[in-house]
Amino acid sequence: MSEYNSSLFLSINNIEVIYDHVILVLKGVSLDVPEGGIVALLGANGAGKTTTLKAVSNVLGVERGDVTKGSISFKGERIDQLNPAELVKRGVVQVMEGRHCFAHLTVEENLLTGAYTRTDGRAAIKASLEKVYDYFPRLRTRRSSIAGYTSGGEQQMTAIGRALMANPTMILLDEPSMGLAPQIVEEIFEIVKDLNSKEKVSFLLAEQNTIVALRYADYGYILENGRVVMDGDAKSLSENEDVKEFYLGLNKTGRKSFRDVKHYRRRKRWLA
Amino acid sequence: MSFFFEVLISGLLAGVMYSLVALGFVLIYKASGVLNFAQGSMVLFAALTFVSLLEKGWNFWAVLVVTLLAMLVLAIVIERVVLRPLVNQPQITLFMATIGVSFFLEGFAQALWGTEVHGLELGIPDKPFEFMGMMISQFDIVAAGLSGVLVASLALFFSKTRIGRALRAVADDHQAALTVGIPLQTIWVIVWSVAGLVALVAGLLWGSRLGVQFSLTLITLKALPVLILGGFTSVPGAIVGGLIIGGSEKLAEVYVGPYVGGAIEDWFPYMFAMLFLLVRPEGLFGEKRIERV
Repeated sequence: MSEYNSSLFLSINNIEVIYDHVILVLKGVSLDVPEGGIVALLGANGAGKTTTLKAVSNVLGVERGDVTKGSISFKGERIDQLNPAELVKRGVVQVMEGRHCFAHLTVEENLLTGAYTRTDGRAAIKASLEKVYDYFPRLRTRRSSIAGYTSGGEQQMTAIGRALMANPTMILLDEPSMGLAPQIVEEIFEIVKDLNSKEKVSFLLAEQNTIVALRYADYGYILENGRVVMDGDAKSLSENEDVKEFYLGLNKTGRKSFRDVKHYRRRKRWLA
Repeated sequence: MSFFFEVLISGLLAGVMYSLVALGFVLIYKASGVLNFAQGSMVLFAALTFVSLLEKGWNFWAVLVVTLLAMLVLAIVIERVVLRPLVNQPQITLFMATIGVSFFLEGFAQALWGTEVHGLELGIPDKPFEFMGMMISQFDIVAAGLSGVLVASLALFFSKTRIGRALRAVADDHQAALTVGIPLQTIWVIVWSVAGLVALVAGLLWGSRLGVQFSLTLITLKALPVLILGGFTSVPGAIVGGLIIGGSEKLAEVYVGPYVGGAIEDWFPYMFAMLFLLVRPEGLFGEKRIERV
């Protein structure tokens, strides 16, 4: 493996993504995830968070999207031309938005599909399975249920567990809070934090739930219209006046009603 | 009473032959969620290739191996040319593509090997023998045994192996399968190859009974009620569906037929399947649609 700076674990360099040869979605996005870090990718609908993650995991092809400029590297090696299976072998796994469990497979079968690319034998896979069950005790009790009939939270856990079965070093986690009760969201983020500190898995986390994301992440990037408009430590971001105003729904006087927001100000855009 | 059983058994055995064709559909449906319209053409292509090579005086086993290789190459070509560019497209698009494949295969097979009817002799005598006072065809028994083995091994393959699991995963969600590192392309080649193998077995058995000719593609029509009954996604369902269709159509023909002027064998399965759809649209063993509400 070539030499690389640990701060350049996953490095996205000025990428541009075009869908269907015409729709320009990412207009030069650059970001870095350091080894062992949790980096949040924030922004509204259509800002380009999911596209960024899919560009990394290289599943854009099936949606007729294409990375037309820039480069993506992982541990110092270019990965933008690798197919998804090759990427999983190298330790980069995506957990898609909306869970995407295999609905007709049982929870345990779902988890086992995550180990598809592994060649280190049954015993090792069994051990990983136990580890996943230790992180998500709920899944152990539901191991033989059909995944499609489990609750949203359990499906999200299954999806994360399935990614873990590949023994990843980097998980691209897309909108884990989607459609889940706040309590479950907390539970899942706690586990993410745990995985990060104990299993040394780095996370690139796309989230709309800015408050929760900034609480668990070390660093954050804010995307608007396919550009990074702001980045910084999670702490400094959550204290930034603009972020508070536009993403946290707060102002100097504290929480405020949506009615009081001046709409022309809400349309303000930062220029990159 | 012994006459009843004789009719029933001959029907069941014929049903197993329907199951063989239905099995090819199930395989591809399970792995891509698409009804493979080209299954009948694959049966024709396999049987025609086999019989033409055999007529050139080749050794039986050599012909078998070469035909299997041909089906493998066919699977690879279909994946490359048809499926790969259509990944993640709506199922109706893929379905239309299989119609295209079907026309191409029919034309290609006949351009390559000609359109005459070939006789095929597998060396299994099609003579009835007596068993507990009933006359049973030896050929039917062999065909049933072969299908039974095929179905049992495929059912095991789907439920127990890593690749079988991956196949089912792909059927559920292409994109998610990609993200966990399941190589879609490989999976599709595997599944189309296995469907090709099943098509070859079906083609040989049906071909030796009816002669290898264009009308072999039509036996796929009988597979449809079998699929509706057994469920599109179930390997054991294909066999059970085949047994029910085969048995019931023969019994209906013999016992109900005379009252309505006969020849109900041809349409009875479709009526039966239609009524069944009203009661249980996913079939006996098919996967229920899972929807979140």
